[in-house]
Amino acid sequence: MSDVLDLAESVLAGSASAGTDLDGALWTALEETGLARLTLPEAAGGSEASFADAAEVLQAAGAHAARVPLVETDLLAGWLLHSHGLEVPDGPLTAVAADLAVDGTAVRGALERVPWARGVSAVVVLTPSHVVLLPVDGLAVTDGANLAEEPRDRVVVDGADAVVAPVAEGAAAEFRLRAALGRAQLLAGAARGALARTVQYAGERVQFGRPIGKFQAVQQQLALAASEVAASGAAASAAAAAADRDGFGAASAAFAVAAAKARTGEAAGEVARIAHQVHGAIGFTREHDLRLLTTRLWAWRDEDGSDARWQAELGATVLAAGPDALWPLVTGTP
Amino acid sequence: MTSTLSRLPALVPPPTELPPRAAALRAEVRAFLAEERAAGAWTPRADVWLSGWDERFTQELGRRGWLGMTIPVEYGGHGLGALDRYVVTEELLAAGAPVAAHWVADRQIGPTLMRFGTEEQRRRYLPRIAAGECYFGIGMSEPDAGSDLAAVRTRAVQVDGGWELTGTKVWTSGAHHAHAFFALARSAPKDDANRHAGLSQFIVDLDSPGVQIRPIPLLTGAHHFNEVVFDRVFVPDGQVLGELGAGWAQVTGELAFERSGPERFLSTFPLLTALLGELAGTSGTEREVGRIVSRLWTLRRMSLAVAGSLESGEAPELAAAVVKDLGTRFENEIVDAARTLVAVPPDPGAESGFARLLADAVLHAPGFTLRGGTNEVLRGIVARGMGLR
Repeated sequence: MSDVLDLAESVLAGSASAGTDLDGALWTALEETGLARLTLPEAAGGSEASFADAAEVLQAAGAHAARVPLVETDLLAGWLLHSHGLEVPDGPLTAVAADLAVDGTAVRGALERVPWARGVSAVVVLTPSHVVLLPVDGLAVTDGANLAEEPRDRVVVDGADAVVAPVAEGAAAEFRLRAALGRAQLLAGAARGALARTVQYAGERVQFGRPIGKFQAVQQQLALAASEVAASGAAASAAAAAADRDGFGAASAAFAVAAAKARTGEAAGEVARIAHQVHGAIGFTREHDLRLLTTRLWAWRDEDGSDARWQAELGATVLAAGPDALWPLVTGTP
Repeated sequence: MTSTLSRLPALVPPPTELPPRAAALRAEVRAFLAEERAAGAWTPRADVWLSGWDERFTQELGRRGWLGMTIPVEYGGHGLGALDRYVVTEELLAAGAPVAAHWVADRQIGPTLMRFGTEEQRRRYLPRIAAGECYFGIGMSEPDAGSDLAAVRTRAVQVDGGWELTGTKVWTSGAHHAHAFFALARSAPKDDANRHAGLSQFIVDLDSPGVQIRPIPLLTGAHHFNEVVFDRVFVPDGQVLGELGAGWAQVTGELAFERSGPERFLSTFPLLTALLGELAGTSGTEREVGRIVSRLWTLRRMSLAVAGSLESGEAPELAAAVVKDLGTRFENEIVDAARTLVAVPPDPGAESGFARLLADAVLHAPGFTLRGGTNEVLRGIVARGMGLR
């Protein structure tokens, strides 16, 4: 295990709980250990780590169902602000791409399904023309949730005095890729967490006189889930490596992120299905915490571009390029 | 919930990046393949590593230095790494080039001789393998021992100066063209307390007296598999491979190389490119195409990660089993997608093109999830790796 993963595990272990709001104590621990703003430059309070390192931390966060806006703060809001010359505020942040009316520093409009909005210190919005930093005072926040009961809130801005900067070229495309890359890590982690719990359960739960994990039929199912978990982790980690190597502006990184979000999204359903099947009825109840992972798998596969949407985009790229271009695209070598 | 991550073994090694020199090598191989195809030297086929036997092509690869790449220079090889070989291999498979003649010798025999072979065995076979002039088979399976190799019954009886082998091997690809093969045989009586003990590997020259090779036609009628029958075949002491009685461990080591290579997800790749050709200018299939491509890209990254891990001296048995299970099921998914997305009936009589590739792929598909250990047995390995057995 790498040092960064060791550190992440030590901070995140035991953090899963049935709560729904942002886990403030965990966030403080992540800030104190430098994990909260891992990839940001030092000037923005970050640790200047690679996306490969961030992948390890985010996968661990996914595996522990951690209730913290790591992707939003580090990969999205922090990056947007810093790359547009704006100061990055302290505390947990969130970010969305949406259209707002920007008139000088006065901003108006409504934002839908903003992750963690009710618990952050600032909301960052990428509009077609501006990067907008909204302090939370003066925002009207209405609670909403995803399938995992994570905050996905409605935010109304009515003439708030915001910090704005004109948007840089390519920012919208990079935002989309960063969000999908981050979500793919969380998905890979949650899939791994669900499998780990299920393997443990299969070793403990006795039926017909022996642990159900001793039955070949159950072993075959768990091995199939393990394949999906392996694919999920490999795809997410390889996409992070591609982003480190080539940068988000490169076609190869865009291809890798699209493939990774599509693949992790596809694996999510299969892993959740097998996890519940092996757990039997108890896993289907609110008293059991398997749901903390499986509901995240179901929620996250449809966020930041569903697997279906990334598949369609990838397919369109491949079909437009023609048969002879497929292998060069897959190998990343023209 | 306590630490969930640490309870599971690593299912796949970290991502591997190819060395910078790989790009130039890849470009060279692609240029060569494009030239050969333009000249009509061969037609792309599905499942070429079983069915594409072409000794001219193999010798041309040998001449260009693309066989025995990991074999040291002093034995006629090129002293390169497993990742250099990976690049050449995946380019050949993606192009549907005829690689069957050298496949087993290049993939398994060379590395195994370097690991377990005597100096004399290495000098005898390796230079000719690297030149593409010596072909090998693998004799593991038997009529009553498929994936369960501990059930092997072929007997090796010690005689003056060597051993006498008696028994029957099945499913030996290419034995009717090959010069030699590795035979797994029981050199000590079976011990029910340790089923894996008492097995040894022997290098058997296939023109030895007492060897009979009979075709086992595929369901298409094509001849790739053979039954190899030994009737007191003499194998000199010098042709024992590795340590007597250690055959099980040696064979298991070979399988890690065999299970995770690009051949586990590229057998039907030529059909996929042909499918894209058929779909050109149409719409409505983007999602299915993208789904397949995301799986393909992921499998390649997984296979490469295992190759990188093998190169650094590890034996990621569990990850190799996972790649084989996912990869070979993916090979079948391409067949299903081709059938579903294009209304062209498979045509085994066609010279080339989509209908012919589809026909070959459908008829070869049952083998994908059998060879190299059935997927169900591999899932048992994965289950054991997760602590369930």
